[in-house]
Amino acid sequence: MGKTLLKKVWDLHAVRALPTGQTQLFIGLHLIHEVTTPQAFDMLRARGVGVAFPDRTFATTDHIIPTLDQARPFQDALAEEMLSALERNCAEYDIPFWNLDSERQGIVHVIGPELGLTQPGMTVACGDSHTSTHGALGAVAFGIGTSQVRDVLASQSLAFDPLKVRRIAVNGELARGVFAKDVVLEIIHRLGVKGGVGYAYEYGGTALDRMSIEERLTVCNMSIEGGARIGYVNPDETTFDYLRGRPFSPSGDAFDRAVSWWRSVASDADADYDDVVEIAASEIEPRVTWGINPGQSVGVSGRIPSTGAAGADGAVAEALDFMGLTEGAPIRGTKIDVAFVGSCTNSRLSDLREAARVAKGQRVAPHVKALVVPGSRAVLAAAEQEGLHQVFLDAGFEWRAAGCSMCLAMNPDKLDGQQVCASSSNRNFKGRQGSPTGRTLLMSPAMVAAAALAGEVTDVRDVLG
Amino acid sequence: MSTCVDRLEGPGLPLRGDNIDTDRIIPARFLKAVTFDGLGDHVFEDDREALADHPFSNPAYQQAHVLFTNDNFGSGSSREHAPQALKRWGISACVGESFSEIFRGNSLAIGLPCVTVSHEDIERLMSVVEATPSARFTLVLSDRTLTVDGTSVSVGIEDSVRDAFLTGTWDATGMLLDDFDVVRGVASRVPYIRGF
Repeated sequence: MGKTLLKKVWDLHAVRALPTGQTQLFIGLHLIHEVTTPQAFDMLRARGVGVAFPDRTFATTDHIIPTLDQARPFQDALAEEMLSALERNCAEYDIPFWNLDSERQGIVHVIGPELGLTQPGMTVACGDSHTSTHGALGAVAFGIGTSQVRDVLASQSLAFDPLKVRRIAVNGELARGVFAKDVVLEIIHRLGVKGGVGYAYEYGGTALDRMSIEERLTVCNMSIEGGARIGYVNPDETTFDYLRGRPFSPSGDAFDRAVSWWRSVASDADADYDDVVEIAASEIEPRVTWGINPGQSVGVSGRIPSTGAAGADGAVAEALDFMGLTEGAPIRGTKIDVAFVGSCTNSRLSDLREAARVAKGQRVAPHVKALVVPGSRAVLAAAEQEGLHQVFLDAGFEWRAAGCSMCLAMNPDKLDGQQVCASSSNRNFKGRQGSPTGRTLLMSPAMVAAAALAGEVTDVRDVLG
Repeated sequence: MSTCVDRLEGPGLPLRGDNIDTDRIIPARFLKAVTFDGLGDHVFEDDREALADHPFSNPAYQQAHVLFTNDNFGSGSSREHAPQALKRWGISACVGESFSEIFRGNSLAIGLPCVTVSHEDIERLMSVVEATPSARFTLVLSDRTLTVDGTSVSVGIEDSVRDAFLTGTWDATGMLLDDFDVVRGVASRVPYIRGF
């Protein structure tokens, strides 16, 4: 019986069996940002421990940075304190840091792949649950907490228990207007928000095979929303083409040698899986969340569930009460106040192109505040190079600087009161977008753009014609 | 080495609902700080604002040490601030139907055990607390038991996690640095570090 990618990578990185029975796992790439690290560095100092491999940790700033006025010091003194702490810590421990003045700055899960830092067969850890994103390149990548950030800084390793592997095969053609975001929302809807607990998700099938790396990044990004800490796609020619020529990719002959090793870490054809799920791509339509967790979504032609429907429990009533939605009503036509294109899920160049394709020559509805926040400085520059910013500005969208922005609203970009936001981000939790009573409808960037124009949830397939 | 954790005692706090996420446990605006100090004051702040008789606001539960939860507690973000906030509020053990993986790992890393019980048991345990908020619970990890009023239920916890609590290696740094030459050895054999 063959091995999965997870098993191969695990075996390569296993340092030793710990006395507790856990495995000490070597971490090949550690990414850090300003929010989950200041306490970790303080713990190191308190213990008199240094950073073991400062050249395997890379820092950027994304969560708290303003997307309008980035003049220092920030108007928000707490945000300033956090960024200053990261600057001090990186300087003290010789950790490379792409700060606001760097062309490489951006959301940690956008820049890792973009710079070629993330590569097949790596173990990647970061103090952020969406670290699963990096699995799109065939890496084993997972989110950790601050004490574990301390452990990686101190030892470049973590204590870890083994995971099972579920292969999720999406086969067939996606219909026009159906995107990677819809695929992952469908998966989470089918398998549930805790379906992945104890598993790594291996995504495959002909639909995934055809996806670009940016699309695969979107799918892997939301693994954690389905409870799976790790999600990955086996590396293939698409992966190798993506990595060729990136700043941290091997070059010359080394690249060819890397490719042959990368190829070898993919799951074997006869790999043994703990579970296999198959989904027909043709059954997936553009999806929209109606509730307060990412599993609570419906196809755009569908209706909001009834509280009395079979299988509905108190959770549906609680969600609809919070969302102010009517049971049984069509999701299409739900009025929105804000539209947000951005986040580590959907802020890459291809996402902005899809949104711009919808917005081109149109106008944002007068009552809607619409924001486009590129995922990185590089995405911003590339988008401006092809004039996407002008498409957005002409249509009435705001064009902002790169960061996490309104996905979790740790910067000035927040919902107000009970505003409803069509959002290309990853979480529709209560209060997620900065207002305790704010409401989030998750959807693809194209669907967000379509909603921004219509002022309500609409079917992007109608707009695309 | 950190403290060994085996026996935890105290009154309970019932928090009903599935999929209670870390954004609810501690809203993101409270992550804007360079220490974990004071997080206990903001645990479930927005939920408490929305619900006047939220269990964390209920005077009857202010002495609680054992948090009772339903399914998939702590889903969502990797913010360690969530278990930190619970611990700083006064919670020293979580008993639930199931927990999200990252939350459970973060709780382990700060010495806060999360153990699982069946749906029937959690309903019964929550009913006990609601009827008698002063009821004292005793969790013994070495026995895998939770006892109240002389009645015990068995609780679920992985062997490795239980051992980490019992041996005081839940704070893993020391253990991970024990044999650092082996870590260097792995680094030297990993192709992308050794060089292609």
